[in-house]
Amino acid sequence: MAYTEEELKKELETKEYEYGFYTDIESDTFPIGLNEEIVIAISKKKEEPEWMTLWRLESFKIWKEMVEPEWANVKYKKPDFQAISYYSAPNKKPKYDSLDEVDPELLDTFKKLGISLDEQKKLAGVAVDIVMDSVSVATTFKKTLAEKGIIFCSISEAIKEHSELVKKYIGSVVPQKDNFYAALNSAVFSDGSFCYIPKGVRCPMELSTYFRINQAGTGQFERTLVIADEGSYVSYLEGCTAPSRDENQLHAAVVELIALDDAEIKYSTVQNWFPGNKEGLGGVFNFVTKRGLCEKNAKISWTQVETGSAVTWKYPSCILKGDNSIGEFYSIAVTNNYQQADTGTKMIHLGKNTRSTIISKGISAGKSQNSYRGLVQVNSRADNARNFSQCDSLLMGNECGAHTFPYIEVKNKTAQIEHEATTSKIGEDQIFYCNQRGINTEKAIALIVNGFSKEVLNKLPMEFAVEAQKLLEISLEGSVG
Amino acid sequence: MLKINNLHARVEDKEILRGINLTVNAGEVHAIMGPNGSGKSTLAAVIAGKEEFEITEGEVFLEGENLEDTSPEDRAHKGIFLSFQYPVEIPGVSVTNFMKTAINESRKAKGLEDMPAKDMLKLIREKSEMLEIDRKFLSRSLNEGFSGGEKKRNEIFQMAMLEPKLAILDETDSGLDIDALRIVANGVNKLKSKDNAVIVITHYQRLLEYIVPDFVHVLHNGKIVKSGTKDLALELEEKGYDWLKQETVV
Repeated sequence: MAYTEEELKKELETKEYEYGFYTDIESDTFPIGLNEEIVIAISKKKEEPEWMTLWRLESFKIWKEMVEPEWANVKYKKPDFQAISYYSAPNKKPKYDSLDEVDPELLDTFKKLGISLDEQKKLAGVAVDIVMDSVSVATTFKKTLAEKGIIFCSISEAIKEHSELVKKYIGSVVPQKDNFYAALNSAVFSDGSFCYIPKGVRCPMELSTYFRINQAGTGQFERTLVIADEGSYVSYLEGCTAPSRDENQLHAAVVELIALDDAEIKYSTVQNWFPGNKEGLGGVFNFVTKRGLCEKNAKISWTQVETGSAVTWKYPSCILKGDNSIGEFYSIAVTNNYQQADTGTKMIHLGKNTRSTIISKGISAGKSQNSYRGLVQVNSRADNARNFSQCDSLLMGNECGAHTFPYIEVKNKTAQIEHEATTSKIGEDQIFYCNQRGINTEKAIALIVNGFSKEVLNKLPMEFAVEAQKLLEISLEGSVG
Repeated sequence: MLKINNLHARVEDKEILRGINLTVNAGEVHAIMGPNGSGKSTLAAVIAGKEEFEITEGEVFLEGENLEDTSPEDRAHKGIFLSFQYPVEIPGVSVTNFMKTAINESRKAKGLEDMPAKDMLKLIREKSEMLEIDRKFLSRSLNEGFSGGEKKRNEIFQMAMLEPKLAILDETDSGLDIDALRIVANGVNKLKSKDNAVIVITHYQRLLEYIVPDFVHVLHNGKIVKSGTKDLALELEEKGYDWLKQETVV
């Protein structure tokens, strides 16, 4: 069989979403629509203190005044915010001590994903807080963490039990009025994770959360807050995958990271929301605001592997407020079929001697559009700030697009900014070269893509890197006949 | 080993090979020479199964088996190796990783388990020493930033690793200085045995001083217009190709 780019493209198009399935767990779902009553009802349902209810209402008020942003290089039918149900929780929600107590259907779902709790338990050192349809249904390793004084729980629980911490930091990095989706999230966020590492503590294990969307027409509004107190360290992993759906699902998460003096946060994501079918129908809209704040000598490192979603709009950013603080962004974004991604980062240099590194790898196939959008901003007081950016694009076929939008704003003469960009294409010559050495086309593409992504994959924790590599292959390869 | 009957091949509307007949037996070295555009590289690519060329007539047999419906990777598994005139770059994939993948894919095709890491290392050490390759070189991305000479040496290293039955060296001498040429040629000579065969494609007689051919063929306009022993190469060096072109016309 002749292996031409035409066929390569066909093959990619026929690769349907492998994790398209749906778990039927009785849900407690709110009627569709959004108004003050719904916001209050969400807060009530979650038994939140009054300050939280007020905070949500204030956010709602701000959101009503805002308009949806249109500057991103994506095209989609805007969601009807009054046609979405803003709360959905699995009915059975006791906290489990052992796997035997967990709904077998849920376990089955995880098995299909290849991330069964069973497996995870064996993955020594990984604590898992699973968010299934907005509410945490299982938490493990909590005791070990508690011994170190580490708090790792759902944000709902944190609002009730660690009210002071949440009150102090929520909205401190991503204010309610930051943007349209952040305001919406602040009003209606259903659940998410909360993590606090006390002073000087090095978190002994990778913290991970698996997010899933699992209810037709339910928007997901996750809220994550990670606080690393002075001199502490934490590596936080978040991975997700969603079942197949015909209608678009809205996902508008907010993640806030706070790294106090001398602290370090490593935040890794593998994102695999349903991207829509090969005609471009269905798929998740992923409009996420992720931002971290670095105090003196602190470091925040974002690593993301983005393979899913119909439309992605996501810019994990760092505010380098403290002197000598460091921000890093390592990203692989894969788009196929009709997927659109507009993703990148913002590095805001405020403190002296602040450094940032941006490595972005975009892989486009099918009829997809993949954009990198990045801002490097050096404030007038940020003496000796340094940034290095590298944006590489890999194209497969002739109908996809790769775009790079670097923005650089420098107000200090001592700044050193470097930007490098490359665009390449998987060529028939590369494929033939591999074929000639006995490597079939499917394997060849995996090899080339992994080589291209290596710098970023290397930044992921080991067990995550393996999963990410698998996802890259799933997203880009067909079963070669 | 290799038998080619009346092979015609074209790319788009252009006929490049116009009736090639060639038999290569185990233990033999054949040199294919000829002016630019005579079809040398096309012949190499067609034997390796590159599919941009359409075969309009004729057959290629490897050990009696018609390769018509055999994919390039299966041809490789059956023991065909092509040393590329222009080896491609694969960023981020080290030479070692590439070779490991290639060897294990071939083993898989034969129903064998992956080669144990220990054996792989031993093999790499042995072959890199033979070709005087610094092992640091093997951690570099495949062909990325390699000099012309390094690329060619790397091709022969791959050949040594894969131990093919039929190796086709497509202008392996171009871009090599005299020392590198000697090392590469020595490597090829060491790999030669009574069970395998080598086809050397070259413009110049120079390489043939080191890899001595049993037969020399001259390709012109997609046909073998003259065959002979190594003396033919010397004659070509002296007279150029023009006399042959004229002879063919007559």
